Amino acid sequence: MSLSRWSAPVLLTAVLLVALYVVVMVHAAGETLLAGTILVITALAAWIYSSSKAYAYRYLFPGIGAALIFVVFPMIYTMGIGFTNHSSKNLLKFPRATQYLIDETYQVEGGTLQFTLHADGAEFRARFEDPDTEAAYVSGPLALKNTAPLELTVEPAEQVKIALGEPLQLRELIARQAALKALTFTLPDGHKIRMTGLRQFGAVAPLYEPRGDGTLLNKQTGDVLTANFKTGFYENQAGQQIQPGFQVGIGLDNYRRIFTDSAFREPFIRIFVWTVMFSALTVFFAAALGMLLAVLFNWDALKFKGVYRIMLFLPYAVPGFISILVFKGLFNNNFGEINLILNALFGIKPAWFSDPTLAKIMLLIVNVWLGYPYMMVVCMGLIKAIPSDLYEASAVAGAGPLTNFFRITLPLILKPLTPLLISAFAFNFNNFVLIALLTGGRPDFLDTSVPAGTTDLLVSYTYRIAFQDSGQQFGLAAAISTVIFAMVAVISLVQMRFTKIAREETR
Amino acid sequence: MAIVVDKSHRWRVVLAHLFLICLVLVVIFPFLMILSISLRPGNFAAGSLIPEQISFEHWKLALGISYTAPDGRLVKPDFPVLLWLWNSVKVAGLTAIVTLFLSTTAAYAFARMQFRGKQASLAGLMLMQMFPSVLALVAIYAIFDRIGNVFPTFGIDSHWSLLLAYSGGIALHVWTIKGYFDTIPVEIEEAAKVDGATPWQAFRLVLLPMAVPILMVVFLLAFIGAIIEYPVASILLHEEAKLTLAVGSKLFLYEQKYLWGDFAAAAILSGLPITVVFILAQKWMISGLTAGGIKG
Repeated sequence: MSLSRWSAPVLLTAVLLVALYVVVMVHAAGETLLAGTILVITALAAWIYSSSKAYAYRYLFPGIGAALIFVVFPMIYTMGIGFTNHSSKNLLKFPRATQYLIDETYQVEGGTLQFTLHADGAEFRARFEDPDTEAAYVSGPLALKNTAPLELTVEPAEQVKIALGEPLQLRELIARQAALKALTFTLPDGHKIRMTGLRQFGAVAPLYEPRGDGTLLNKQTGDVLTANFKTGFYENQAGQQIQPGFQVGIGLDNYRRIFTDSAFREPFIRIFVWTVMFSALTVFFAAALGMLLAVLFNWDALKFKGVYRIMLFLPYAVPGFISILVFKGLFNNNFGEINLILNALFGIKPAWFSDPTLAKIMLLIVNVWLGYPYMMVVCMGLIKAIPSDLYEASAVAGAGPLTNFFRITLPLILKPLTPLLISAFAFNFNNFVLIALLTGGRPDFLDTSVPAGTTDLLVSYTYRIAFQDSGQQFGLAAAISTVIFAMVAVISLVQMRFTKIAREETR
Repeated sequence: MAIVVDKSHRWRVVLAHLFLICLVLVVIFPFLMILSISLRPGNFAAGSLIPEQISFEHWKLALGISYTAPDGRLVKPDFPVLLWLWNSVKVAGLTAIVTLFLSTTAAYAFARMQFRGKQASLAGLMLMQMFPSVLALVAIYAIFDRIGNVFPTFGIDSHWSLLLAYSGGIALHVWTIKGYFDTIPVEIEEAAKVDGATPWQAFRLVLLPMAVPILMVVFLLAFIGAIIEYPVASILLHEEAKLTLAVGSKLFLYEQKYLWGDFAAAAILSGLPITVVFILAQKWMISGLTAGGIKG
């Protein structure tokens, strides 16, 4: 009893101490924001699990916390990135970009030494020789395992009393190039040398000298670099930008590019139109097919319904990524089975992946194939709830099946079905997996300056901008994501409105 | 219903059967085709649905076994399919456990306790469901890239960061479990509390054993959800040995290196168990939910 009473506070204290240690470590590593976040979470946890007032939150904290940190926060952060120039050109934060420039070196006049690397047990020794004076130097043992910068000294060869073996081959030098490039050796006379070629080291000096006012002086050319916080680059007097850039806020510039720069607006509008068309057509066809099947399965005269139902449910049960890739193979222009059959029957070989219209049709076929079973199951449930005396009455009146469907079934199931249709629309609006695995957005538009595909949805377009062919423009991609957020929010509002109507109808 | 069966009615039944048979053929055509392709020798072999010549080369490669080609060449597996399957199962299994823990505890608070902001949080969870994580990929990448600078274990190319990214997706599960808890009468727990049980004991020892069916269903749904997840895994994992099945399978079908037969075997090998698990989950979901309804 006493053990269990004490175990909880002891455990809590231990967890808190570990968390505090982590916070200190993270702060020491220079990630102040991350450290602050962990500190706030830790403090919140400490309060919730020690105060009796917050009892209910003890159960909520882990789940809601995870949802807030890993789902809600990334969305807000995405919106934040949308206001910056974060991209592969402006990847680093300002202090890191500055440090990167300060670490740059250049080769000073003369002083090139011939370099050879010799094995010494499991380690290596570097030997340098001045071709003019024939003075030679040897380093201590080197592991050459990691690429972190390292400063070392060398001694004159006469003083190092070991016999060096054969120098390593060029091929082995190339394999260790990264580790060698990180090394700086100080000669006995105080000169520093770094790797300047596979067979030579040269005297180097820092290229930039930081000056008191935040500018950097280029010692080779005499240029003065000033950080420009509007563009996110160091610039010289002529306004030339020096790589690497750094991240800065650029306000609404990304949005200005999307909506006013014709290079971006053109593809954006086309992709938006296709996204809406794709989602609407998918939902329409999938719902129509699903409804038809549900009506058939509700027909008493039809036998073997169970077998049909299981077979027709299969596309829903097979993991989507596998079905989509199977279709990618089956639709292949040259060796796909679909074209083999079409060729044998009609002598045609449609270019499913290179013709924009055919690619769109293929996407719709595959997506309806994937999506109708869900609609079928939902409609079957809704049709079951329709009172059968309605159909009996219509049979007495002599109505045919078509009249039954359009006058009784459809009007009765459409209201409760509408919210589901809207969420299916929202799902397909963001159906990234289908596009990424089947077409990758290709074939691309030929007349746009930014890479954009005729079958790209807005989400896959964003993915391309951020992670594929346009130089990792995270800021721009995040801005487009934010625009999609707004669209999804509008769809959600409409959906909630219809859910409310459907609920009030059933009451 | 109608006793008089006229001719047009009989025709309609025949037409309906014809339509359904055609549709079934269209639907299962890809599955039969992929089975046939996995048994054909070579990666470009065309042929009839029933292969004239059966070869298990693709299956051997999918299982990670090298085989000797007719020309005496030793063919090694191009991709570690079993390793990818294991990666997927590992990440999905851990995700399902974490998700189950997080969503069950939260659902308990929502179902049984009163606190400020309850309705708002429930609505918020529902709303979260509308915004898929694929919209936040840029931020997810940036966040884990940054965390990875300090803790490489939770950076890019780590299964742990994938697990963390998945652990937030509890919204739907909280609603499902809460709905089930709502159907279990609260009196049983109150009786336990009268006998001196703490709320935690009432939850852990009384409520949870009664909710096992729904917990199984949520576990399986979370498991499958993590196995088939593609977008987040595709940006967080790059190293070939670290990939999950959903990301790795894509590598089979590059235009320059088209391994159709190998893909077919790998797809069946990995797709079949997932499909079976999914159908089981669906079945339990229906029986589990109705069982809960009877209790209420």
